[in-house]
Amino acid sequence: MSRQIVMPFGPQHPVLPEPIHLDLVLEDETGVDGMLSIGYLHGGLETLVEKRQFPEYVYIAERTCGICSFIHGMTYCQGIERVMGLEVPERAHYLRTIWSEYSRLHSHLLWLGLFADSMGFENLFMNAWKHREFVLDVMEETTGGRVIQGSCKVGGVRRDIDQETLKKMERDLKGFEKGLKEMANVFLNDDSVASRLRGVGVLSRNDAYVCGAVGPTGRGSGVPIDARMTGYAAYGELDFSPVVEQDGDCYARCAVRVNELFSSIEIIRQSIDRIPGGEIEVKVKGNPDGEYFSRSEQPRGELVHYVKGNGTKYLARSRIRTPTLTNIPPLVKMLQGCELADVPVIVLSIDPCIGCMER
Amino acid sequence: MTYLKKSPWLLHYDASSCNGCDIEVLACLTPLYDVERFGIINTGNPKHADVFVVTGGVNEQNREVIRNIYEQIPEPKVVVAVGICASSGGIFRECYNISGGIDQLIPVDVYVPGCAARPESIIDGIVKSLEILEEKRIQMKERAKQKEQGSSPGGGER
Repeated sequence: MSRQIVMPFGPQHPVLPEPIHLDLVLEDETGVDGMLSIGYLHGGLETLVEKRQFPEYVYIAERTCGICSFIHGMTYCQGIERVMGLEVPERAHYLRTIWSEYSRLHSHLLWLGLFADSMGFENLFMNAWKHREFVLDVMEETTGGRVIQGSCKVGGVRRDIDQETLKKMERDLKGFEKGLKEMANVFLNDDSVASRLRGVGVLSRNDAYVCGAVGPTGRGSGVPIDARMTGYAAYGELDFSPVVEQDGDCYARCAVRVNELFSSIEIIRQSIDRIPGGEIEVKVKGNPDGEYFSRSEQPRGELVHYVKGNGTKYLARSRIRTPTLTNIPPLVKMLQGCELADVPVIVLSIDPCIGCMER
Repeated sequence: MTYLKKSPWLLHYDASSCNGCDIEVLACLTPLYDVERFGIINTGNPKHADVFVVTGGVNEQNREVIRNIYEQIPEPKVVVAVGICASSGGIFRECYNISGGIDQLIPVDVYVPGCAARPESIIDGIVKSLEILEEKRIQMKERAKQKEQGSSPGGGER
C-alpha cells in the first residue's frame, strides 16, 4: 500500500510557457488527482468597459489573448452589433472568416510546436513554428500586425483586402499546404510520437460531455461540438463539418488539430472564391442598449462574450468565458490515473491558454 | 558588439501578459529568427540564466514569484522588460489587479516597447542587455579585485 504525496507543478516550469499552478496528488508514479490554482495572470480586463467607450473596447477585447486576438475582437463586435441591430456587410463577414481561419492556423501550429516540445521532440517544434511564420506574414500583410491585428471594428472591418492580394493568398496556400502535409505525417504516423500519445490521458465521450469539454478537447472524444456550425460571420454559407476523433486520448486531440489545419485551409479557399464585393463597414449611430451572448469558435473551443449596454457610450458589463476554463474539469479527469512523466503532455493536450482564461 | 563572450541563457517569465509578447519571445528562438545559433537558449532554470525576460505587468499574485525568480538568478544578471505591459502596465494599467510595470518590483535594464513587441525589437533589446551584462561582469571583477587587494577599506559600495 503506497502513500499519497502532493507534488507542486509550476507556476514557473520549463514546459509551461505560461504560469499555472498544479498540485498533483500522486501514488508512487501514478496521478490520483490534480488541483489547479489560477490567478497568476489576472488583471481585471473586463472592468475596463467602464473606462473605455464601447468602440474603443475592441482593442482591449483583442488583448484578452495574444494568440486568438482577432477572434476575441470579432466576438465582442458581433455582440455589440446584435445589441444595436447593425447589419454588417457581407464582404466584412467574409473577411472576418478569412482572418479567423488564419488565426486558427497560427494557433494550431503554435500548439503543435509546443506539444512536440512537451514530448521532447525539438525538431518537430521548430518545424511547426517555421510553418507558422508563413501565416504570420499573411496576417502582417493584410492587417498590419503579426499577433495583435486590430482589424476588426464595430460595424465591420477596418481594412479591405484587394482582389490581387486575395489571389496571391490563395496561390501561396498551395505550397503551405504541401509543407503542412509533410509535417502532419510525422504527427500522425511517427512511431515515437504515437508511443508518447496513444492511450495517454484518455477522456471518455461521456466524461467529455459531462465535464463540458469544448473545442478539440471535446471533438477528440467524439463530441461534435463546434460553434462555427451556428453560422456566425460567413460560416453559414460555407461547406465544412467539424473534425471529430473517437479515441479521446492525446493522440486523438492532436489528430483533431492537425486535420483542422487542412479544414481551415479549405474554408479560406472557399471564402476567397465566394467573397462578394461592396462595402466593408456600416456607420455606427447611437449607443448599445440591451444584452447579448455572442458565441464563436476559438482555436481552443467555444468562446462566449457577454455584453450589456445601458444606452450610454460605456457598457454596463462585459463578461468573457474562454474555452480553457471550460476545459479545466476535463483536464483534471485526464490526470486521474496518468503517469507522472505524461503530465506535461496531458496538460498541453487541452491547449491551455492561461492568458485568456485569467485576463 | 561584434561577438559574444559567453552564450547567454534566457529565463522567460510571463507575468500577466496576454500571450502576444510571449509567443514573440518564443518566435525569436525558432527558425525564422533563430537566436539559438548564437548560443542563446531559453532555459527553465533560474540558476542557469543570465538574462531575465519578463512580459506583462505585476499583479498581486505573481509579485512574489517574480521577486523569487529574480533573486535566484546568479549575479551578474540583467532584466529585460518586453512589451508595453512589462514596461508600464500598458492597456492593463487601469485594471484593478495590475500595479504597473515590473520596474516597480525589480530593477529593469532594458525596456522593449510594442504591443505586441516584434521579434526584431526583442532581439535588439536582448543584444543591448548583453552589453550591460558584460559591463556588470567587468564591474564585478573589479570589485572582487579591489576586495582582494584591500584597497577599499571602507567597503564602499557593497
